[in-house]
Amino acid sequence: MKIKILSIIILLTGIIAISVNAQVKLTGAGSTFDYPIFSKWFDTYNKTTGVQINYASIGSGGGIQQLTAGTVDFGASDAPLTDEQMNTFKSKRGTDVIHLPIIMGGVAITYNLPTVGQGIKLDGETLADIYLGKITKWNDPRIVKLNPGRNFPNKAIIVAHRSEGSGTTFIFTSYLSKVSPEWAKKVGNSISVNWPVGLGAKGTEGVAGIIAQTQGAIGYIELAYAKQNNLPYCQIKNEAGNFIEVNFNTVSEAAAGASKHMPGDLRAVITNAPGKNSYPICGFSWIVVPKDIKNYEHAKALVSFLKWAVTKGQNDATSLYYAPLPKPVQKLDLEKINLITSNGKKL
Amino acid sequence: MGWEMYTNSVLSIRKFGFGFLTSTTWDPFSQVFGALPMIYGTLISSLLSLIIAIPLGLGVAVFLSELAPAWLEKPLSFLTELLAGIPSVIYGLWGIFVLVPWLRDTVEPFLQNKFPNSPFFQGAPYGFGMLAAAIILSIMVLPIISSISRDVLKSVPNSQREAAYALGATKWEVTKIVLSYAKSGLLGAIILGLGRAIGETMAVTMVIGNRPQISASLLDPGYTMASVLANEFTEAASDLYLSSLIELALVLFIITIIINIFARLLVWSTERKWKLSPM
Repeated sequence: MKIKILSIIILLTGIIAISVNAQVKLTGAGSTFDYPIFSKWFDTYNKTTGVQINYASIGSGGGIQQLTAGTVDFGASDAPLTDEQMNTFKSKRGTDVIHLPIIMGGVAITYNLPTVGQGIKLDGETLADIYLGKITKWNDPRIVKLNPGRNFPNKAIIVAHRSEGSGTTFIFTSYLSKVSPEWAKKVGNSISVNWPVGLGAKGTEGVAGIIAQTQGAIGYIELAYAKQNNLPYCQIKNEAGNFIEVNFNTVSEAAAGASKHMPGDLRAVITNAPGKNSYPICGFSWIVVPKDIKNYEHAKALVSFLKWAVTKGQNDATSLYYAPLPKPVQKLDLEKINLITSNGKKL
Repeated sequence: MGWEMYTNSVLSIRKFGFGFLTSTTWDPFSQVFGALPMIYGTLISSLLSLIIAIPLGLGVAVFLSELAPAWLEKPLSFLTELLAGIPSVIYGLWGIFVLVPWLRDTVEPFLQNKFPNSPFFQGAPYGFGMLAAAIILSIMVLPIISSISRDVLKSVPNSQREAAYALGATKWEVTKIVLSYAKSGLLGAIILGLGRAIGETMAVTMVIGNRPQISASLLDPGYTMASVLANEFTEAASDLYLSSLIELALVLFIITIIINIFARLLVWSTERKWKLSPM
């Protein structure tokens, strides 16, 4: 009899515990780039804590809009909010927005030159001039000079780029704007730009498709995709003057190099970062949240999730081909997360 | 729906005015938006596809309704209608893996050798571009034109054919008479096909090269209104950008409405003729 009552009590407390936890449901929206790792995180986090998080991968722009409108608890974006967007947010929500670098991505420059082989070397100016349409042949003296001992064919360079707005494009054009004044002036840095030359394709797989099929093509794609499909990629000259291959270490290295000069709001674009082994074309993806959250339960759940994501969550990164946040950036994130309040009260 | 789009695009209508329709710059970074290259791309790719699809579609329809024996007619018309049921993303994939390499390696170099001075075949043979888009579209439009035309031809009263035969007309002459009798219905079929071509998004996006430019060369990449919307809507972060995209949707909407009204008028005029003609 005693055992029976005891087991009923245990069962009941179990049910109550589950239902109490299950009450908190967080919602988020934004970046499609983050979606694979988010799904993994939300699943793991739900199993360990019972907190349910729903995420709509509707694109960075959409995420920012939904957060500004107050329909979601957090947004995710591959590009930081502009000053204008931050002002709009403040006037609509009555609080500031906090940027939290959440994961990192590298951008590989891949190409299709069967006779030349893996790992050709390029520097920023040359890459920018290829994308500006000023270098049009693979055997251009400037490319040949960077790659002594390699034989380049007399083939037209076919430039491929993303046709839709994308965080990958944001990172890539940010790099070109930093290394080429002409690019910065003529084209600029945005999630989609007015490309001077080339073919636009939808999605990473679209760009990879053009490159795989067209001899002489060059394009930028996410590191994950290049690794999974064994595509050849360039070594890019970094700020320190070394030619660096893209991988998780060189990307995290870039973040570590940049973390010493992080701006206060963490809206750091870390392309062309300092550091001997920093890969120059990579960037953060951000989770954006309001600094003051009205709903106490949501605020509490969100804060503990964010703390978990920027620390333990990072262990999942490499298996899904993201680069993890380096320790100094995790520390900066935790400091920011501690600033989140609910109706002015500390959590 | 039109009103909703209008209110959402007010920002860009105010900023660019009529220039939105005539400017050729589409630059999300500097926030300058002009729709002319997309309007051009939409109209040209659709018209080119019709140039390819009309003779083929009408040919199939005439064959099925006038010439084919009954045992051949059923499976053949089933096959053409099957083409209409294939999702457009499948056409797009076929375009990327079969059509584009074929155009790049065979057709486009051939065209350039044959017509070295023609302005229509200048530029690097990418494979991706206006020509690829037009061919994909024509394949998608073909079943619409052929199946509607077949129904139109079938509904031509047999007395017309019998009368023509009675006057000693050959099979070819009878076909010509039937075609001229069904003229406005056939036009309606073509207009419906055009409507489909203008609105088609996915397959075109996958092969057209997505470059907002106006070029006479069919080998150059282009852009269509529907493709821009599919590509850029999700990540359009600024208000003006979003508003310009919605205005673009409004322009597309208006163009499709005009075409539909046109089609409706044609169908009405066919019906009127039906009533006048003795059965």
